[in-house]
Amino acid sequence: MKDLIPPFNAQEVLVMPWTDGLANFGWIALMGFLVAAACGLIGNYLILRRMALVGDAISHSVLPGLAIAFLLAGSRGTLPMFLGALAAAVLTTLIIEVIHQKTRVKQDAAIGIAFSSLFALGVLLISLFADKVDLDQECVLYGEIALVPLEPMTTLGASTLGPPSVVRMALVAVVVLALIGLFYKELLVSSFDPGLAATLGINATLVHYALMSMLSVVVVSAFEAVGAILVIAMLILPGATASLLTHRLPRALGWSVLHAALSSVLGVHLSVWLDCSVAGAMVVMGAVLFALVWVFAPEQGQIARLRRHRADATGTA
Amino acid sequence: MRGRPSSHSQAGGLAGLLLLALLWLPFTAHAAKIGDISETSLSEQAWRFLSFEDPSVRYAVGGSLLLGVSCGLLGSFIVVRKMALVGDALSHAVLPGVALGFLWNMTKDPLAIFLGATIAGVLGTGTVSLITRTTRLKEDTALGLVLASFFAVGICLLTRIQRMSVSGQSGLDKYLFGQAAAIGPDDLRLMAVVTALVVVIVLLLYKELLMASFDPGFARVSGFPVAWLHHGLMLLLAFAVVISLQAVGVVLVSAMLITPAAAAYLLTDRMSRMLALAALVGMVSGVLGAFCSFLGNNLPTGPFMVLAASLVFALAFLFSPRQGVVVRWWRQRSRARRTQRENTLKAIYHVLESRGFAGESVSLRELAERRRETIEDVRGQAGELARHGLATLHEEGNQVLLTPGGWQTAASIVRNHRLWELYLTHEARIAADHVHDDAEKIEHVLGEEVVRELERQLDFAKQDPHGRAIPGAEEIHRPFSSGRSDELLGYGKPQ
Repeated sequence: MKDLIPPFNAQEVLVMPWTDGLANFGWIALMGFLVAAACGLIGNYLILRRMALVGDAISHSVLPGLAIAFLLAGSRGTLPMFLGALAAAVLTTLIIEVIHQKTRVKQDAAIGIAFSSLFALGVLLISLFADKVDLDQECVLYGEIALVPLEPMTTLGASTLGPPSVVRMALVAVVVLALIGLFYKELLVSSFDPGLAATLGINATLVHYALMSMLSVVVVSAFEAVGAILVIAMLILPGATASLLTHRLPRALGWSVLHAALSSVLGVHLSVWLDCSVAGAMVVMGAVLFALVWVFAPEQGQIARLRRHRADATGTA
Repeated sequence: MRGRPSSHSQAGGLAGLLLLALLWLPFTAHAAKIGDISETSLSEQAWRFLSFEDPSVRYAVGGSLLLGVSCGLLGSFIVVRKMALVGDALSHAVLPGVALGFLWNMTKDPLAIFLGATIAGVLGTGTVSLITRTTRLKEDTALGLVLASFFAVGICLLTRIQRMSVSGQSGLDKYLFGQAAAIGPDDLRLMAVVTALVVVIVLLLYKELLMASFDPGFARVSGFPVAWLHHGLMLLLAFAVVISLQAVGVVLVSAMLITPAAAAYLLTDRMSRMLALAALVGMVSGVLGAFCSFLGNNLPTGPFMVLAASLVFALAFLFSPRQGVVVRWWRQRSRARRTQRENTLKAIYHVLESRGFAGESVSLRELAERRRETIEDVRGQAGELARHGLATLHEEGNQVLLTPGGWQTAASIVRNHRLWELYLTHEARIAADHVHDDAEKIEHVLGEEVVRELERQLDFAKQDPHGRAIPGAEEIHRPFSSGRSDELLGYGKPQ
């Protein structure tokens, strides 16, 4: 019990990652930031549309798709993995819809059944073909972000770009940002007011499925780094924190990117200090940030609320 | 109910044996790959399980049965209350408690882990309701947030423990995906106590829980402590999750809560039966999962249990007597076919009637003209009648002759149709030219009692609004010459 919390060595914990360990921790922090930022941007819309748990379901159920793609393609190629995951994501939404429509089982239970069956299938495939599939059970849960700097660097011409997964994640994050910029109005209107969207001629179904496919792209690229369950945290925490800070969507998107940056950097420090899972530490720091905002946010924070209550009480007295 | 679990366990074991024989077939193909570490063959391993001599097998089976009961019972309540994903959040949130329970005295002491995990679970559900009450975040966001944050804390603690130099920490990672073989006698004792507690409380508070689940408003005004019942249910739920952790694992426990209960929900309308069925499904899938994971080397138990439960759910989805998709499709198809047959019979009656019941049999040509269909279509319909013993075919299938049963059905359908038309024009004051379509639908479903009542209300009228005769009981049930010397006797002809 005593050595659970190691002594806090400021030099080691605060300075080392940015000096001697930069080649290592720099990439890890950057990867964590990219994952959290891409997830967080989409997460804002999931939260608005009350689809937070669909993100949960999809992040679990891509696993069998990844495992089967792995078995068929025999390598960790980007395209087969992506196709497998996309197929699994579509299958999940289909199973949920079929159960929900054909029986009296409610949607929440249908979500639970669909993703747990697919996730169980994925875990079994991984353990049955452990020698062929280069994913292990722990990686499925909390990822292997610490291995990112060890990958052989991707190069473009003479310049070194970085580890391939970081490059891929950066690409995904840029694409997500660009898509949100391009279809800002469509996403905004269809999330807040489906009725208005219909009168403006916005195809809500199309927007829904576009968002879902974007979600599965992000989940697949983030999967190896942070694992199935921590992806959910990255999807929900930045957006939830942001929505306690502002009522305006553009600002919320900005806040969630800031949350992503802070939680990944603080997470690196925490993991160096405690010598624990990096992805886990990033999420813990993200949750701490959420808790701080929950208490101290200027308008919606608990302290501000209490103060308003008291002001109201004295005002009426 | 005290006696029930034992009888269920026998039934569960038996059903499990049958089911696993089916389930295992596809896996035998990969046996060589799984078995490369284990020395024993698949069949030896299976025999070891089934012979029950190995104590670890007995613990695993006992544990699976117990967790099946408690998860099934409590899962039923969360499924009918639309709280399925609360179970999911709860089951992920217990992970830090497991780690802290281990850290308490650096052993896998079942009681310490149980307490730690329960506290973490209750804290998790408490945080969810606190967030939804004090912020504008919706419940789904709060659930996902708590689920992932607590889980992350658990992951940090677990990875921290792994890197500490402590003995006895091996097997802690089994809490993620479950390993029924890791259940020891102490674990089993705890599971038995908790399951007994769950069963007793559900039995004692059955009425209260039922009321609070289905009609919380009424329960509140009737003076039931609804809030306390909710918290109590959450606590029991946390208990059920925690005792299942070792066998099913943190990640998939929620499926053992949701899936068996959802399968039971498809099979019955009564809560008491649903509880029993959910417990049964939980036990069957638990034992099945333990068995399957036992066959391979180092295979996790949780995924097998969840897949077995999903299999049961899929079967219920397809073949549930009332709600199964296949069953409903089949019922719809046979109803459509019966309607089709009755319409053909009615057309034959109309042909006979148009000639004043003069002829004996009806030719396919007449029938085709009446139904405005091709001869080939009508030939198929006549064949269908013959297959159901409603008519016989003559002159190479070109003449259709009703059997006594066929005549009765035909006359009854025509009677239903005309009675209903008359009823609508008389009692509902609908114009005579607007009643046909409605009667066309209802003629197939009117029961005998309703027909009697209609006849009474209409004073046993003889004519429908269009002036045609309504067949009465004496026409429908008129005697036929039993001798049947001449096949073409003309059943259509009234006496």
